[in-house]
Amino acid sequence: MSFSVTEPSLRTKWFAGFLVIGYAIITLIPLVWIIATGFKSPADSIAYPPVVVFEPTLEGYVNLFTDRTRATEQMLEDAGPPTTWYEQIARDRGTVISGPSRYGERFLNSVIIGFGSTALCMILGTMAAYAFSRFKVPLKDDLLFFILSTRMMPPIAVAIPIFLMFRNLGLNDTHLGMILLYTAVNLSLSVWLLKGFIDEIPIEYEEAALIDGYTRFQAFYKVVLPQAATGIASTAIFCLIFAWNEYAFAVLLTSGNAQTAPPFIPTIIGVAGKDWPAVAAGATIFLVPVMVFTILLRKHLLRGITFGAVRK
Amino acid sequence: MAQIRIENVRKDFGSFNAVKSSSFTIEDGEFFMLLGPSGCGKTTTLRMMAGLELPTSGEIYIDGEEVGQKPASQRDIAFVFQMFALYPHMNVGKNISYPLLSQGMPNAQVKKKVAEIAEILGITDILNRPVGGLSGGDRQRVALGRAIVREPKAFFMDEPLGALDAEFREHMSEELRALHDRMGATTVYVTHDQLEAMQMGDKIVVMNHGVVEQFGVPQDIYDWPATKFVAQFIGSPSMNFLDFNGTVGKGTETVDLGGARIAVPRLLDGESGALTLGVRPEHVYLSDAAAYRGEVIATEYLGTTQIVTLKTQHGQVKVRMPSHLNVRRGERTGLDLDARTLTLFSASTGHALRSEANLEVLNHG
Repeated sequence: MSFSVTEPSLRTKWFAGFLVIGYAIITLIPLVWIIATGFKSPADSIAYPPVVVFEPTLEGYVNLFTDRTRATEQMLEDAGPPTTWYEQIARDRGTVISGPSRYGERFLNSVIIGFGSTALCMILGTMAAYAFSRFKVPLKDDLLFFILSTRMMPPIAVAIPIFLMFRNLGLNDTHLGMILLYTAVNLSLSVWLLKGFIDEIPIEYEEAALIDGYTRFQAFYKVVLPQAATGIASTAIFCLIFAWNEYAFAVLLTSGNAQTAPPFIPTIIGVAGKDWPAVAAGATIFLVPVMVFTILLRKHLLRGITFGAVRK
Repeated sequence: MAQIRIENVRKDFGSFNAVKSSSFTIEDGEFFMLLGPSGCGKTTTLRMMAGLELPTSGEIYIDGEEVGQKPASQRDIAFVFQMFALYPHMNVGKNISYPLLSQGMPNAQVKKKVAEIAEILGITDILNRPVGGLSGGDRQRVALGRAIVREPKAFFMDEPLGALDAEFREHMSEELRALHDRMGATTVYVTHDQLEAMQMGDKIVVMNHGVVEQFGVPQDIYDWPATKFVAQFIGSPSMNFLDFNGTVGKGTETVDLGGARIAVPRLLDGESGALTLGVRPEHVYLSDAAAYRGEVIATEYLGTTQIVTLKTQHGQVKVRMPSHLNVRRGERTGLDLDARTLTLFSASTGHALRSEANLEVLNHG
């Protein structure tokens, strides 16, 4: 499939390729550096000049997932010889593992809150967008503008009222509270994006379903939703990325129970000196779910970003 | 199968009045055409019958039951959309079976029914194909399959051939008419193409500006138009209008057209002032002896016939005549109008004056 009228010259192709590769390198270097640092020893991680070739170690990952104490002679004797590879790594540094760290919990919190708010946002967003797209809603334009206006200031500007509200409602440091908060922030974006997608779906499909004996709601989820899949997928990615990466509200509103990974990762530094490999390991693992989610939906995402530009 | 009755149906969109108080009856098994220019309210009328729009006032009866305010899903009708509206995420077989699934018909029976319909429409070999890659004609057939599979009370079609190219339309319209004759189902068909309407329809409703102008069998509408709009909209070239001033009354049998006496069917209505004499192009004959004169200004060759345009003192007149007759531009000649076929219109209201010839048709519509 080619849309060009004339084949670009070889020089143009080289230039375009060069540009794309160059851009990819620039954006990927920090990522590669984070992943590499996760496998460095603490000494290598702060070496100057920075080392590019190093002996990889899993010490960062062990430190990320465990709590350790400095070993005394007595403790080493009580513990006996190390039985696992990760105990061996801790021993080599003169420490013993005292238990698992809280990273796993925090990561799970991120998953629950991130995916939970994305799912809720999609459910509410598609229904609201459908209603705005298809029904005569009184004051439709004003309502849509109002919804959009909630994103005209940075969300953190209302941090203090939200903090007080959450405290009064008992939502502080709860999963539900964070899910509701991220849903509220993302909803305007999802309603607007999804309305655009649903507007593009000809109304005749639903009318055909109505004629074929289905109710309005059946027509919505059996005929409209499958066709809006592309829009829903790309909107879901945007919502998830925001909820997953959000830091400021998470710092402010969560601590012991519902704390997500972003506010937790920096606290690793303070445990025993500047443990950059453990921080990098935490960041690397934190990247994986969004990466997998995006790769799974990338076909939809590409169609989604260019939607409306080309008629099928 | 059912009779459909529309009584005083009106539809407003905000302050815009799309359909003004319309009434007509579609008999059981009829192939019924809703004809009119775009924006005349024909599609809105169809959608009200189907339940996709609810009428602002008035009643719609399908099979004796008043359904005006019922949703489409409860009316047991089928609709064929101009753009077909096949479900894009389903294959051909699934599309056809979809109306059956909503009724909770058992799977084995659905399969049998779909196979049967596919056989009728000649699409058995594409049942497993996605609808995306189908040709226009196949899409049309699938859309028809989805409509007939449920054996509904009536079929509604909104310019179903509009999306096909000219060559294929001809073929599809024959196929459609044959299918109707075979099933005998009440069908309401919206079109803006007067030729299509006359070709396919048992009856035609002509609409304009949300008003039913006339309703009847194609030949009656063609021969005895109730209004100037119908006379002009139907037929190609359309009816000739000769505007003149005069007075006619009950029993009048001739009118005076610039000194020439023209015989007309005996009138039953009277009118004085601005009048229009309407005559179809095929009912004008060139005759040197005729009193009414004109000058040939153009000829158009159409194969078996030709259209000759003459300039008269009351405007242009187009004449359809066999193409072997030799007519030259600039010639002056007489025009003979076939007295039995003429219609007089009141120029102010646009309505036809009743005469002995059109009385039956006009009273019926």
